[in-house]
Amino acid sequence: MVEPLKKPPKKNPQKRTVLPTLPPFARSRRALAFTAAAAEGRFVLQRCADCESVCYPAREICPKCWSPALRWDDMPDGGQMIAETTLRTSINTYFRERMPWRIGTVQLDAGPSVLAHIHGDVNERSRVRVIARTDKSGQGVMIALPEKETPNMADDRQLRTLTCDPKFRRVLITDGRTELGQAAAKAMVDAGASIIFVGIAESWRPYPGKEALGALPGVEILPLDITDTISVQELAGEIGGKTDILINTAEHVRPGASMERDGVVTARDEMEVNYFGLLRLIQAFGPGMRARGADGDNSACAWVNLLSVYALSNWSAYGTTSASQAAAYSLSQCLRAEMAGSGVKVVNILFGPLDESWRQPLPPPKVTPERLARTVAETLQQGIETVALGPVAEDVMRRFKEDPLVLERELSQIQLG
Amino acid sequence: MSKSNRLLNELGTALLAGDIDTVDLTHTLDPDFPVMILPPEFGQCARFRVEEVSRYDDRGPAWYWRNFSCGEHTGTHFDAPVHWISGKDLPDAAVDSIPPEAFVGPVCVLDCSRESAADEDFLLTPEFIEAWESKHDTIPEQSWVLMRTDWSRRSGAEYLNMREDGAHTPGPNSDAMQFLIDERNIRGFGTETVGTDAGQATHLSPPYPAHYLLHGANRYGLQCLANLDKVPPTGAILVCPPLKIKHGSGSPLRVLALVDRRPA
Repeated sequence: MVEPLKKPPKKNPQKRTVLPTLPPFARSRRALAFTAAAAEGRFVLQRCADCESVCYPAREICPKCWSPALRWDDMPDGGQMIAETTLRTSINTYFRERMPWRIGTVQLDAGPSVLAHIHGDVNERSRVRVIARTDKSGQGVMIALPEKETPNMADDRQLRTLTCDPKFRRVLITDGRTELGQAAAKAMVDAGASIIFVGIAESWRPYPGKEALGALPGVEILPLDITDTISVQELAGEIGGKTDILINTAEHVRPGASMERDGVVTARDEMEVNYFGLLRLIQAFGPGMRARGADGDNSACAWVNLLSVYALSNWSAYGTTSASQAAAYSLSQCLRAEMAGSGVKVVNILFGPLDESWRQPLPPPKVTPERLARTVAETLQQGIETVALGPVAEDVMRRFKEDPLVLERELSQIQLG
Repeated sequence: MSKSNRLLNELGTALLAGDIDTVDLTHTLDPDFPVMILPPEFGQCARFRVEEVSRYDDRGPAWYWRNFSCGEHTGTHFDAPVHWISGKDLPDAAVDSIPPEAFVGPVCVLDCSRESAADEDFLLTPEFIEAWESKHDTIPEQSWVLMRTDWSRRSGAEYLNMREDGAHTPGPNSDAMQFLIDERNIRGFGTETVGTDAGQATHLSPPYPAHYLLHGANRYGLQCLANLDKVPPTGAILVCPPLKIKHGSGSPLRVLALVDRRPA
């Protein structure tokens, strides 16, 4: 049984912060499809379209029939442990710092046998469940888990290198004025975060839910306005060195396409929050988080962006807002590239219409703020980086993957009312 | 030496000697200073923001400078007649075309601080003004009239005093505005609150009487003033030139009062 994680001690101010080191980074272009799926929490392998055999590792052609028609398919996650060992030394710095380390061979139900990391509760020759996740290098790897849930399963040392569990971590929620921000704070309390910093802009304006938010255990309300560079810098000066997870709940949403706008004031407000706000947060909090990716059990581990799924493809009913979300999505890709090698994951949750006042006339299905907040917690616990949340977002994401040009045409046909 | 030169020389001497105080009636332009809040589907007043261009660094090794942005009605600011629909077609009614002599002149301060402390929705009335005049003499024509409420001492949520039914702050009623314009021919009206009108002025008739009546009569407004307790009821000179923005509806500005400190 895995020992339950203990609350990390206060940091020794005389010790140098451990710098992030990395497990093997290089992957072939082919193998990146495995990484991209792992980032979504999916376990995919190549299947030959001609002979139907499944192969691993990533290949250019089918090793069985030499067909080039290999496609990445979702696979059943069951398997059987056939061999396992515990490494006690390594020439790789990352693993040296983390010895001992369990690895083993799993005979997958899908066909191939694979080398995988092994959860501490997996017994020799037992049935396992294999999941794919991105590791500290941002690359897809497999870990074999016990077939059934075990006590403190998430606290396993090796599994925790692949997840971003909020337990005992310190979380910044950038906007607590909204239902979404308050639901996110609650979800982080429930997930066991030790401190939840909640940013409040313009405290001179009242907002609903203030008392309940302040009463949540572990919540500290701090001034933060992501449209104000000075405010963001001041807060980073205070808590940038102990922000382990950043959840950007701020958004500025207004209905309307470009010709329905008179001037650029509203569009600029959208960009100020959705794009420049994110950029300010990155500039102020990014460097500190990037340097703390290996800083013990409460290392910096995740940067969470909550974006409308119309960041992927514009929906003209919210045309200029979609454009600002697209800018934010593009910036999140830049951030992910900059965070590569730090061990900090950039998590994008792309949601369908949110159940809040600026999307009030939209028909269901909608995503409630509580559902989105719970999804943030679950996504972090599972170590996933990309989620499409809600039926609308799932549909848009699926079509986006199929053909973004067709999706664009389709969205242009969807009118309100 | 001509008479006017003598007058200005005396003023200069008195300023240098400290006989005349220069009182700053301005709040600092601070990103977190409250602005007017309108229903969210309307356009909003931009907050004051600064972005650094360089600070003795690779962006400019020997110099520090910043870009700032704000609305024409952010912070301590001036309202031109074109700000309101009632003043939209008046001549010389934007900040760049208002005659400059409007920006320097005598000022009266009506102390409503006690009444505003007792009633956050206090409304200035003609009766209050006449009672004030019975102590301090009639408000001279072309004066600036400032309503002292000590509201500038409030900070945070207390300043806008916003509740579910809107803001609760003092201001003038319609009759007081009409009286100051028609009977006293004032030049402009200023307050310590976020607007020249009371917080609940949307429910007065006409709605927002200070804006509607003042600007409709080509008079000016000042709001978010501070330090009105340091200005005597009469006898001071107000200096309030807004930025010369082309067809500007208003402008943040520095507002100063020249106050004679010599014993009468």
